[in-house]
Amino acid sequence: MSSKRPQPYFSRSQVTLVRGLWMLVTAVLAFMTLFPLLWMVSIGFKPAAESFSSNLIPQSPTLDNFVYVLTGVPFLRYMANSFLVSATVTIVALFFHTMAGYALARLRFPGREVMFLSIFSTFLVSLPVIIVPLFVIVKAMGMLNSYAGLIIPAIFNAFGIFLLRQYYLSLPKEIEEAARIDGAGYWRIYWSVILPLSRPIMSALAILFFLANWNPFLWPLTITSDPNLWVVQLGIANFKSQYSASWNYMMAASTIVAIPTLILFVIFQRQIMDSLKTSGLK
Amino acid sequence: MTTIAETAARRRHAGRTRLSAKHREWIAGYLFVLPDALGLFVFLGVPMALSLVLSVFEVNGFGGYSFVGAKNYLRMWNDPLFWKGARVTALYAVMLVPLLYVCGLGLALLVQRTDRFNAVMRSMFFAPHMVSLVVVALVWQFMVVDKIGVISKLTAALDIGGFSFLGDPNFALITIVLVSVWFLMGFYMLIFLGGLQDIPRQYYEAAMIDGAGPIARFRFITLPLLKPTSFFVIMVSMVAAVAGAQAFDIIYVMTKGGPANATSVLIVYIYQQAFGFGAFGYAAAMASILVVALMIVTAVFFALTRGGRFHHEQ
Repeated sequence: MSSKRPQPYFSRSQVTLVRGLWMLVTAVLAFMTLFPLLWMVSIGFKPAAESFSSNLIPQSPTLDNFVYVLTGVPFLRYMANSFLVSATVTIVALFFHTMAGYALARLRFPGREVMFLSIFSTFLVSLPVIIVPLFVIVKAMGMLNSYAGLIIPAIFNAFGIFLLRQYYLSLPKEIEEAARIDGAGYWRIYWSVILPLSRPIMSALAILFFLANWNPFLWPLTITSDPNLWVVQLGIANFKSQYSASWNYMMAASTIVAIPTLILFVIFQRQIMDSLKTSGLK
Repeated sequence: MTTIAETAARRRHAGRTRLSAKHREWIAGYLFVLPDALGLFVFLGVPMALSLVLSVFEVNGFGGYSFVGAKNYLRMWNDPLFWKGARVTALYAVMLVPLLYVCGLGLALLVQRTDRFNAVMRSMFFAPHMVSLVVVALVWQFMVVDKIGVISKLTAALDIGGFSFLGDPNFALITIVLVSVWFLMGFYMLIFLGGLQDIPRQYYEAAMIDGAGPIARFRFITLPLLKPTSFFVIMVSMVAAVAGAQAFDIIYVMTKGGPANATSVLIVYIYQQAFGFGAFGYAAAMASILVVALMIVTAVFFALTRGGRFHHEQ
């Protein structure tokens, strides 16, 4: 295809040169973008005395920082809390959002458009803006310092419903009609037709939801004072106040927390990037 | 031969089943939407309304609420730190939105070709977005520590240093903006890539045959056809900047609003008032102003995009 494209300005070798330079610039920028993350990992492997040296490769690499983070503080407990919260939110949110998305896209009922509009109107309201009244509500419901307080409010967001609705709008009508002729009810159609068809978008959303709930800081900071309920982000932030000079521990802890999400990203990058790139904008 | 009565009965019956099928669909629709609708109502709708209610109350020492009318709003009007917060928020948005636009679009154009090299590069540009903001804030804070952080050393070596990234009120907000850009640019790159993908290749090929250079092609094809995407990016990044979606975590960890309130965006100031001083009513009053502003922005956004469907204009 590229050979057929007209090239009115450059000869073939010039094109190769330009492309080579282009790739070089891209690679340099990409390295600069990744540098802070590489630096984080590097410090994680450096002993305390070396943490402010300017070499990217540690001179005397050590695992001590990681060992300390995992054994010296209840970091594994924080990781388990984060995992529990993220996994529960992801599963419940996917269940509710596919239901709502299906109804809003495929079923006809009065007030549907109004409902969708109301849901969409919360799209851009972010947590910091409503955190004070949300705190008051969650407190009134007796969910401060509880897993319920960490999990339940995080389930509901317009983004997932919106993406799923857009996806269901694009499914062909015939699939449902065939099921209906066979006498399937709405629940049956949702469960055995719509859900299996949603597998690609659900896996993308599952990763997005999991990541989004692995990373929050503000909400857990606000509603949990019991260290047994701390999620990893609080654990790391607390490292800073406890050991203000121990950057090597902090970077090791940061590495431990960043690694699961980066691994997920490397495995599922195609789905993540495709779902973000296309679904939201069409 | 059927009697009139039989036909009438059949019609009635048909009418009734059609009606009840319709009602069944209604009920199913409501039940399917119910869990999410209820959850969004309780944890988003009610808080937005409650913000307004709380804003006319004051929390007294024992956690009781007393009605104070417009007192919180008056206090806001006379509070220089509120106005400082509003100014810092505006400044943050004014720096962040154009920078994100340029970086997002620039990166998208850079890695637009679909080949393996560009796929790897895209992932590298997106990777920061996979890390939590607390980690982002800590890593950057560590790199710009006065004199000994790796970037401080670098800028000093290049002789553009001498200043403190986070300790100098003139630089702290810029540092926060740059860290935010670093975190967000990969995400906006993806949005732009989606937009670029929708531009038909033939336009470029036709323009090249007509002798249009890369700059002309960008100016007369890419930019105009990217209008819906640009619009989306500008709106979303502006709302995020004002609402402090990313700014909060970064600022809370890196500067706590300092030095001299130079990075105290409204959302950080609101948080300090509420959870630092227990001034829930006052914080709610400030948040209400933000909620109203965001609702207006969202409504305009919705109207302009015709229900959130971002089609190209015909």
